[in-house]
Amino acid sequence: MLICSIKLEEMKSIIILLSLTLLMVSCGEKKESSENKKEELTKLSGTIKVDGSSTVFPITEAVAEEFRTEQPKVKVTIGISGTGGGFKKFSRGETNISDASRPIKDKEKKACAENNINYIQLEVAYDGLAVLVNPQNDWVDSFTIEELKKIWEPAAQGKIMKWNQIRPEWPDKEIHLFGPGVASGTYDYFTEAIVGKSGSSRGDFTASEDDHVLVQGIAGDKYSLGFFGLAYYAENKDKLTLIGVHNGEKIVKPTLETVSNGTYRPLSRPLFIYVNSTSVKRPDVVEFVNFYIDNAAELSKDVGYIPLPKENYTIQKENFKKFVENNK
Amino acid sequence: MRKIKEFIIEKLLFSSALVTIAITVGIILVLAIEAFRFFSEVSIIEFFTNTQWTPLFTEKHYGILPLLSGTLLTSFIAISVALPIGLSISIYLSEYAPKSFRKTVKPLLELLAAVPTVVYGFFALIVVTPFLQGIFPNLSGFNSLSAGIVMGIMIIPFISSLSEDALHAVPYSLREASYGMGATKLQTAFKVAVPAASSGIIVSIILAMSRAIGETMIVAIAAGQQPRFTFDPTVPVETITAYIVQVSLGDVQHGSIEYRTIFAAGITLFAFTFLLNTISYQIRKKYKQQYE
Repeated sequence: MLICSIKLEEMKSIIILLSLTLLMVSCGEKKESSENKKEELTKLSGTIKVDGSSTVFPITEAVAEEFRTEQPKVKVTIGISGTGGGFKKFSRGETNISDASRPIKDKEKKACAENNINYIQLEVAYDGLAVLVNPQNDWVDSFTIEELKKIWEPAAQGKIMKWNQIRPEWPDKEIHLFGPGVASGTYDYFTEAIVGKSGSSRGDFTASEDDHVLVQGIAGDKYSLGFFGLAYYAENKDKLTLIGVHNGEKIVKPTLETVSNGTYRPLSRPLFIYVNSTSVKRPDVVEFVNFYIDNAAELSKDVGYIPLPKENYTIQKENFKKFVENNK
Repeated sequence: MRKIKEFIIEKLLFSSALVTIAITVGIILVLAIEAFRFFSEVSIIEFFTNTQWTPLFTEKHYGILPLLSGTLLTSFIAISVALPIGLSISIYLSEYAPKSFRKTVKPLLELLAAVPTVVYGFFALIVVTPFLQGIFPNLSGFNSLSAGIVMGIMIIPFISSLSEDALHAVPYSLREASYGMGATKLQTAFKVAVPAASSGIIVSIILAMSRAIGETMIVAIAAGQQPRFTFDPTVPVETITAYIVQVSLGDVQHGSIEYRTIFAAGITLFAFTFLLNTISYQIRKKYKQQYE
């Protein structure tokens, strides 16, 4: 009906306009490819699928951004389904690399084996899991591990609801808890380190695999308490207050030194990437992972995590080289 | 030849009507089958009476009341915002405004319903919540008050447009009779026109309510993701729709009981909206006044 109402003259001008636009767009693309021919490095292309931990995400994202300047034709997509969610997809062969903020579990290893997926585990950085409160919170100076356990263990569900149940001098107000959900490696690690069993916690808190939701929640609520990876504190320092944890001798806050020398206990942990064995047959994936290991030290520091000692990176690179050789 | 053509067209149109029915039946079947499997493991009594909803965690509780209270709380706040505003707009447009004003303003109002709900959600989180926190300092970052208010703004066009149509359908002769008896414009509007259009107005309210109950994006972004059984609008809650989003985006295994909670929650939602639609149909049938 619409087409009939447009006169023939108007149709002609529309067609001319459209073809001109198409011509301009295609001309633009031709220019780019002639520039590329002048480059010396071999331009790789392909799509690398990464998914998994939202904690490791800032590092992977930073690496992918830097990598794009070297290899603009390689597309790296990074998801944040959580460590568990990432491993699910990895074990089905849907992703090439899995970000993980905890080591792979036995049942995930089994799932990979069932689908003939072999992999290599590579350490990329250290994280000091941060415990955070709202900046208006002026009563908390530190936490002990027992206090954190009392707040987060399954028995606390429905019972430990107010601040003054932890220390009587704290306010008689509800604690609003924020933390990663059950698909998150951060959740697994925190529950294992604090409660004693991975995956064991109370259920009545705001759970989200997206750390930005947690940042927003804690920053907007005076009586909030939460935990997530240190990088998300580093990029939101003005909205959150970091709380030190008593490690048995003294109160320690997570910093470059305390995580590197192991005094921030028990919430220091390594961060990993897992690479699929069939994916390393592709030169773009190999190039990306080598680039990752080379630049992880600097970029992890940029985003707020703690780099491994230099020797560790050299060892990881050697291991990866052998893995690529074995899977050619 | 013509007979065959007519026959084909008739059957084609009949099958398209059948397709819509088939899809509805299909959705109900899928929900019902998985929900049935869910209820073979969790007792219905626990589902309807337990005040905790923690199916993903160690201590599992399967009470739908927290999610239900979250949904009903946000919808209630939305309706209490949308109803007075929407109704006043419709009465003004129908009884008081000049025809040209009505012609331009009505499409503008419908723009409110055209804004993507995710934009509304962020508006609630980033603009409305900090503003309300200036008035109520105890307001959490995630709460049902700002989500409810923004949802109310979104459903104003549902109420105003449909009520205005209902008021417009009341024949002018009724109003003339009222003026003839010496009534003022206000008295005519509220005591003659509104009661005459009451069935249409009530239907518009129920439609807006079912829209609010099924709303997902605004509450998923601004109302929080903590299931709790409360009617306090200042704390984070979780609605049924936000829970379904949360679990679907995670790594729940197909066929596990956590997976089936999606269907149990979904069928509860479906039951509510179905109930509301049936009520509105009954009201329309019973109270609709046929004018010549």
